Amino acid sequence: MTFWERNQLKLAPFIFLAPAIFVFLVYVIYPIFDSIWVSFHEWNGMDRSGVRANGKPNWEFVGLKNYITLFTDDDEFYVSLFNNIRWLIFSLLAVPIGLTLALFVNQKILGIRYIKSLFYFPFVINAVVIGVIFTWFYNPKYGILSYVLNFFGLDPIPMLADENLATYGIIIASFFPGVAYTMILYITGLTGVSREMVEAGRIDGASGFTMLWHVILPQLRPATLIAIVVTLVGALRAFDLIAVMTAGGPWGSSEVLAYKMYQEALFNFRMGYGAAIATILFIIMDIYIAWFLYRLFKNERSEK
Amino acid sequence: MGGKMKKLLTLVILFTSTIASAGTLVVNSNQSGEPSKSAFDAYVAAFSAAHPEVTVVVNEFEHEAYKTAIRNFLTAEAPDVAVWFAGNRMKFFVDQNLFQDVSDVWADAGLNDSMASTKGSLTVDGKQYGVPWGYYQWGVYYRKDLFDQLGLNVPRDWDEFKWVCAMLKKNGITPITIGTKFLWTAGGWFDYLNLRINGYQFHMDLTAGKVSYEDPRLDAVFDHWRELIDPGYFLEDHASFSWQDAQAPQINGEAAMYLIGNFYVPTFEAAGIGDQMDFFQFPTIYEGVGVAEDAPTDTMHIPSGAKNVEDAKKFLAFMSNKEAATNWAKMGGMLSPNKYADKPTNRFSIMGAKMLAAADDIAQFWDRDANPDMAGAAMEGFQEFMVKPDREDKIRARLEKERARIHGAL
Repeated sequence: MTFWERNQLKLAPFIFLAPAIFVFLVYVIYPIFDSIWVSFHEWNGMDRSGVRANGKPNWEFVGLKNYITLFTDDDEFYVSLFNNIRWLIFSLLAVPIGLTLALFVNQKILGIRYIKSLFYFPFVINAVVIGVIFTWFYNPKYGILSYVLNFFGLDPIPMLADENLATYGIIIASFFPGVAYTMILYITGLTGVSREMVEAGRIDGASGFTMLWHVILPQLRPATLIAIVVTLVGALRAFDLIAVMTAGGPWGSSEVLAYKMYQEALFNFRMGYGAAIATILFIIMDIYIAWFLYRLFKNERSEK
Repeated sequence: MGGKMKKLLTLVILFTSTIASAGTLVVNSNQSGEPSKSAFDAYVAAFSAAHPEVTVVVNEFEHEAYKTAIRNFLTAEAPDVAVWFAGNRMKFFVDQNLFQDVSDVWADAGLNDSMASTKGSLTVDGKQYGVPWGYYQWGVYYRKDLFDQLGLNVPRDWDEFKWVCAMLKKNGITPITIGTKFLWTAGGWFDYLNLRINGYQFHMDLTAGKVSYEDPRLDAVFDHWRELIDPGYFLEDHASFSWQDAQAPQINGEAAMYLIGNFYVPTFEAAGIGDQMDFFQFPTIYEGVGVAEDAPTDTMHIPSGAKNVEDAKKFLAFMSNKEAATNWAKMGGMLSPNKYADKPTNRFSIMGAKMLAAADDIAQFWDRDANPDMAGAAMEGFQEFMVKPDREDKIRARLEKERARIHGAL
């Protein structure tokens, strides 16, 4: 037997995986480590070996300086961090809303398929389009929101121009696609709910909310987990809606870490500083993902 | 099969030959959208007709995306010519050694004479690093019909300006429309108040980071600004609006005045209010301060990494061609920096040309004269001040901190 014939079964998977691993290493793993490396430098994004006209190099090692500035001398960093936390907490509302919608459309009524697809539609639209639509919706002069408020005799609310409301305005816009996604997850989950259990519950006298809480929801647990994870990761990555709807404004009050990173790196030519923000965001996500995986494995083990 | 192969091969040869040939000139342009695109295409067509030996390849970028793309392509894959902006925006790349010295083009093509008025904004340490192709004025575009209805005249000084605002407000018209969502429109207001109160040299010192934001000379600027903010003369909730959104109240006749650049003209003419609109120069505030105007200049440069420098210089030198210079500027709604170019025909451009010719000094614009990092932070502060004027001290302290970080202690 040749070497290949002997080891074919062991080697084949790696050969098939090789292209994906290569791409993953080059486009995901390498940039992560390079970003962390960049965050210890002052860099204007130009040729790393180049020198500026004033003799200062484009690329200079500064140790932890970027991190120290970030934590001790940058108020906007805390604004962004706080906004990220607001995103994390409030975007979770998409999960119960999605569940409600899923329960609502999970009925046998004529034409419900079309209604389902209509509810799902926002998820297919590009986030930029959603941002533009909601910007019009909130427009304090000509937007629908101000017409509705006006109808009830209320003053228009400048949602996106108010430093305390802007972030909430964007989070509400993010529900539009977010709810559609969690709804679809729950609809698939609901098809897997065991009929026997529901009937057994009925015999034991459960109905309405008790039925939902004690019989249906535990069976929807996998769907809930995925819905929460996807929503939270989406909240941490929030960027496109912010860029379109407020550009971080008014006066930077709706910035999040991802948006601040983009501003510093691409507009202010502070690549090292931007990379430091990216690294912090990366750490936050890592802590969260590690906690999540830990919970997931623990639950699975206890179920066994 | 054989035919297909052959076709493919010819394509490949054609493709490589256009890249390799010495007569190919690669131009990266931000002249996207009309009328800018056809204006630029007309210049390229005129150049190609005059220089048939050069094949021009234009890479067109979306205007805003170009601002970030340029840093990548200047270092990675430099074109032979790049369209850009004068002032600090240019100097940033000159400081990185990314633009070539083109002083010889200025000398050989007679630009030192024909473009003398904009030469300063393209000069760093006595050398020119680019050639201008167009510039435009800033000023107040206003609804003449609304002024006439209320019997108001064009204000020439600060008191008259405030009076006009008060009368408009009293009659239920928003005196000044503005959309500060993308910040730079607030920069325009700061620029004009500062230029009229402290003059051109102070503006240049401030944008160069040589003056503190807590300097007492700036008190008057913020005080005057407040005289318009406190009575509510600016469009309400302006932080929600982009500069385009803010056109609507004026087009609908709900707002009277708009401090903006001449690029606004094609929009309101298309909206059918061209005849109701008129233009006036930003009023005097302090007598004796030299008249300076914001007139941003758009330019062309040769990157240091250009492969076809010889033809690139021809492309820049072609701006000395009176006809080509006239056409590009005119079609794009701009003024030509070439003093021999035909006079503009649009009445707003005529007024602008006259106003700028009489000005003592020409500034670029807040975010073109200042360091990009500082400009962003400052304009954010201006926006905040326009909504929360009581935070003036806090805002100015914050800007001073930022200035010290970027430009060093004074």
